Amino acid sequence: MIVSEQKPFGQIFDFVRDYNNILVLGCGTCMTVCMAGGENEVGVLSRQLKLAARHNNLNMNIDELTITRQCDREFFDENATEKINRSDVVLSLGCGVGVQYIVELFPEVIVRPGVNTRFYGANISQGLWLERCAGCGECVLDQYEGICPIARCAKSLMNGPCGGSADGMCEVDTENTECAGQLIYERFKNLNKLDELLEIKPPKNWSAGRDGGPGRIAREDMMFDE
Amino acid sequence: MNRNSEVSGSNLERVLRSGEFALTGELGPPKSADRNNVIEKAKYLKGNVDAANITDNQTAIARLSSIASGVICLEQGLEPVVQITTRDRNRLAIQSDVLGAAALGIKNILCLTGDHQSFGNHPDAKNVFDIDSLQLVNMLYKMREEKIFECGDVIRNGKKGRVAEPRIFIGAAANPFAEPLDYRVMRLEKKINAGADFIQTQVIYNMERFRQWMQDVREKKLHEKVYILAGVTPLKSARMARYMKENVSGITFTEDIIRRMERAEDQKTEGRKIALEQIEELKKMEGVHGVHLMAIGGEKSVQGIAEEAGLLPRPPAVTG
Repeated sequence: MIVSEQKPFGQIFDFVRDYNNILVLGCGTCMTVCMAGGENEVGVLSRQLKLAARHNNLNMNIDELTITRQCDREFFDENATEKINRSDVVLSLGCGVGVQYIVELFPEVIVRPGVNTRFYGANISQGLWLERCAGCGECVLDQYEGICPIARCAKSLMNGPCGGSADGMCEVDTENTECAGQLIYERFKNLNKLDELLEIKPPKNWSAGRDGGPGRIAREDMMFDE
Repeated sequence: MNRNSEVSGSNLERVLRSGEFALTGELGPPKSADRNNVIEKAKYLKGNVDAANITDNQTAIARLSSIASGVICLEQGLEPVVQITTRDRNRLAIQSDVLGAAALGIKNILCLTGDHQSFGNHPDAKNVFDIDSLQLVNMLYKMREEKIFECGDVIRNGKKGRVAEPRIFIGAAANPFAEPLDYRVMRLEKKINAGADFIQTQVIYNMERFRQWMQDVREKKLHEKVYILAGVTPLKSARMARYMKENVSGITFTEDIIRRMERAEDQKTEGRKIALEQIEELKKMEGVHGVHLMAIGGEKSVQGIAEEAGLLPRPPAVTG
């Protein structure tokens, strides 16, 4: 899933303090699961904003709504459309995709991001999310037995580990981040195929991801004639 | 490594090829445009080492460029080993720099991935790491031997242009002390297969581990395929030793080194003594072809150490 974390409240409040009608719009999918922008967070943030407005003697009407997904047209139903059109500013707790998609659908509305979109990750344990994919566009997990050096090595080393790994941890964050190169090494060792690590991985084709320009997937088999 | 004929014409290559025990030094460019700083340091190293590594934004701190510093060294009669990291430049920039370096007379390049930018003075920088150090070694090898760019294009200016490839003596680093330990010889083998001509190791403060690593290297006969220069840095104080032990990843210490430093009345002299003992042992160790003496901020001290270690005079430098 896409993992985000809420922006500092001060920044959020500065985004909306000059508006009267504010809609705090949550997202029911990734943002709910990573607990950054689901229905609960929308409720808490709205109450915080109301308190701050009162404290600052501001006249702010704060409305709340959480839709299933902010990245899909079908979830912007009549109710959502009405609430969005009625607001001066939408504080989106969707990821960066959601924020932009609202702007595309409602060009006349001002939208502000309430979360920082961080990475594609997994919920490893209660309250802990870790990055697992970099969306590079050309998956190499087959070559590394299911451990991604692109996303999980601070230097994206395809022929790692570098000389800075100690006690299995990455030198960039020795407390919290495991060395991807070491994990790959251990996995290959357990699978009795260490000799395969001798193969020199050539430079990666980065153009399949962000470096090739904004991504686009067009599936003609799924398109309707308009 | 091509052992049959000279590949670069560098002084370092000639010394190693002759079988002489080589000595390389290290020169850290300044955090300014002060060319005199480079000239000053080059003077201390000239004649006392076969070549000097010129660091490339070491510890991710912006400094006078390694190629520019290398050219200043050349002008002073000191042969540079220009370090290139893949942290700050992509394959386009690196190949362009390698062509430029070769055109300016640089003949040795050490290929590194580089410290992560979070350790330096621009932690907010975008990291590049388009390629890694192994891929860089291989890229330089293909540029020299196959005369092609990474993309496969021939290194010439148009179809009628003269093929003018960079003739570089290719270096790589090895860290016998980093984890996973039993992968370290394999990684060396990988770098040799990628095209490395010479290896400079991480600084040794754990000779036991280094001996073991060299034994594994010899078992695989890798020392016959690459020149190995062992890293030595004289400790200045017990504090420096403790700091490095705790804060520098990929360096390990044996307890007795720390103890010796702590108990010494004159710690600086003790550090130098340890370094000299190490060099003495390394000179005799089969498969070690030289020493890479990194006197951090102590270019001045290199001559004295080299003298005392019996490594002077150096073979006359060949430039050209």
